Amino acid sequence: MTFTKLTVSVLAVAALSATSVAARDQVQVAGSSTVLPYASIVAEAFGENTDFPTPVVESGGSSAGLKRFCQGVGTEHTDVANASRKIREKEIKACAENGVTDIIEVRIGYDGIVFASQINGPAYTAFTQADIFNALAPKVMVNGELVDNPHTEWSDFNADLPSADILAFIPGTKHGTREVFEEKVIAVGCEETGAMAAMIAGGMSEDDAEDACLEVRTDGRSVDIDGDYTETLASIDANTNGIGVFGLAFYENNTDALKVATMAGVSPSTETIATGEYPVSRPLFFYVKKAHIGVIPGLKEYVQFFVADELAGPDGPLAQYGLVSDPELNETQAAVDAENAM
Amino acid sequence: MTDAPNFGPGTDAVPNRPKTSLIAEDARTKGRNAAEKRFRFYGMAAIAVGLFFLVVLAVSIVRSGIPAFTQTVVNVEFTMTEADIETAEGMLFKTKMYAQFLNTALTDQMNAKGLEVDVDEKAIQRILGKTGGIIREFYKGNPDQMGEPVAFELSASSRVDGYFKGRVTREGFVDSRFLKLSDLDLVDSLAQAGVIQQAFNWNFITGADTGVDNPGGAGIGASLVGSFFMMLVVLVLSLPIGVAASIYLEEFAPKNRFTDIIEVNISNLAAVPSIVFGILGLAVFIQFVHLPQSAPLVGGLVLTLMTLPTIIISTRASLKAVPPSIRDAALGVGASKMQAVFHHVLPLAAPGILTGTIIGLAQALGETAPLLLIGMVGFVARGYPQGFIEGFTDPNSAMPAQIYTWAARADVGFYEKAWGGIIVLLLFLLTMNIIAIILRRRFERRW
Repeated sequence: MTFTKLTVSVLAVAALSATSVAARDQVQVAGSSTVLPYASIVAEAFGENTDFPTPVVESGGSSAGLKRFCQGVGTEHTDVANASRKIREKEIKACAENGVTDIIEVRIGYDGIVFASQINGPAYTAFTQADIFNALAPKVMVNGELVDNPHTEWSDFNADLPSADILAFIPGTKHGTREVFEEKVIAVGCEETGAMAAMIAGGMSEDDAEDACLEVRTDGRSVDIDGDYTETLASIDANTNGIGVFGLAFYENNTDALKVATMAGVSPSTETIATGEYPVSRPLFFYVKKAHIGVIPGLKEYVQFFVADELAGPDGPLAQYGLVSDPELNETQAAVDAENAM
Repeated sequence: MTDAPNFGPGTDAVPNRPKTSLIAEDARTKGRNAAEKRFRFYGMAAIAVGLFFLVVLAVSIVRSGIPAFTQTVVNVEFTMTEADIETAEGMLFKTKMYAQFLNTALTDQMNAKGLEVDVDEKAIQRILGKTGGIIREFYKGNPDQMGEPVAFELSASSRVDGYFKGRVTREGFVDSRFLKLSDLDLVDSLAQAGVIQQAFNWNFITGADTGVDNPGGAGIGASLVGSFFMMLVVLVLSLPIGVAASIYLEEFAPKNRFTDIIEVNISNLAAVPSIVFGILGLAVFIQFVHLPQSAPLVGGLVLTLMTLPTIIISTRASLKAVPPSIRDAALGVGASKMQAVFHHVLPLAAPGILTGTIIGLAQALGETAPLLLIGMVGFVARGYPQGFIEGFTDPNSAMPAQIYTWAARADVGFYEKAWGGIIVLLLFLLTMNIIAIILRRRFERRW
């Protein structure tokens, strides 16, 4: 008796929900956890300021977001993919194979990557790319020769740095941040210390040397963090000597727990990043499925709202939170209005 | 061996055995008694360790979570004219304009009050949280209040809130664009004037998720509703399916290789990591059946798959525990097999079935991993569903997913919210368990 009733009600619910499946009326966003905070600020404001429903913003990482984005056209697929790096050729191809051909690229601003340590820890106040390379690479230059990394303390290779054990918490490989860390810090350090030249002189091809440069030591002094910055912060909290890699916005929200180091003599701030003086920064993007504009209500309005001066401009809430606003925001706005695909 | 008891080497030496006494303990008895004492001690130590960790856990949860239930608020009474609202509505970023009108009004009011410290609009802006949305919402619902003074209770910014809760101190304070040291003087005098105070944060229990720059406005209510609808789906699907499957397997199915394979597989399924069900849910329910993303319906379906083995195993165990004499008696007086099962066996097994179901539901309630893949983690629980049916289909999060999201946010205010969320989640669980206990008491029958 009750079973029949339950079954009937289940079927009824299933049938009713099936009818409402076709009409998705909110924008669906997924992707980078670096862009997620900004997207959530915009999504909340979009819901408060327009008659459209508040968009749904999921996290999961740039690669995962783009993968879902490229799975096809239709209401069951996401409309927007947030990414903390540019879309790759491979991903564009994967998109095209599933019929996602017209993709609008929107650059929302820049994000700085900073090195920070416990506020009461050793005086890590000035780093260069070479320091980070010397501390974390598996092979480094010592007295003009390329050897297995012998350094255990920062002062081993730079007398200006404190004599504290080397321990770094760097973003794991699934993060878009890792790519920037490798490209703008490790690779630069590799060249500056002459390790790359030594590798090529040692018989490596240039491509192989470039790849070898990006490796980090595996003896436990460099720890990959696969979770969010809060995990890095917790690790720093537990290790007085540790240094961690954070986004600028995260650091600025936690200045009472962290102290930041300069990189190549420049201290990170929205200004130094905007002028390009601070070397470790990257653009943040999101990608929009053009085929969904006009199908999903509010999609174009959401994108326009996101890049409007009031939101993404230097006085907007995104800059207030820590985004370095894009000096060329006007061009992005024009491209969005015209729906220019890549 | 013979029937005679064997007293060790040389059975006929019984009279020569050393005399034993029931009062004086010999070495072996002492040894056995000591072993038992030790065992009792180990048992008590194990319980004590368990209790210790339980207390540590409970204390740390309550200590970290209680602050989430209070919020520093700013009491303002101010007037917006029709012209003001028209100006604001003419903007793209309307709520910012509403907030600006409030800031100006509050600054003027405070200057008129003659506080000891200087009040400027920038400082007021840093002290207040995000207010525009609440004000706009109010005037949209009450257009007749335009031009009249309206009293608002608005949340203060995260750092000011932290100042009242001891998270932010003057010692070692670093000026930032979020808050300056001079603002704290203003906050102190505002608190003295009774403009800023701490209040119970109802919004935390009833509200929805907010953007990362608005921890003061965030609440767990919407995701609680999401969890509720998910549990409804799990209960309505897994209980009848699970009970039907186990009754058939236990009472009717022939015992052969095929049913053996099914049995082994059910036990294996119970041990499958939950994330696997998430992948399955994404592939089957969203990509194949085209059910909506981020919907509690899909979450419930995925968790149903996860809960079914638990319910089947516990139901079968409680059916097995019903004495065969009950079945035999029912069959003996002429009941059909089905009558015997449904009239006699099932009611006796009901308490066990209920316990299993509640354990399964509790597991499902705390699950985050499968929800990651079907889009229920992130900025999702951003409002209540429109109605009952929409509760299943509108995008929503679940409590554990919401807690996980908050714990990962940069602002420390959200970390506190995450702990508060854990308290609400535990209360939800406790309520479920109490209902189960009450139901079990009512059904319990002894024979």
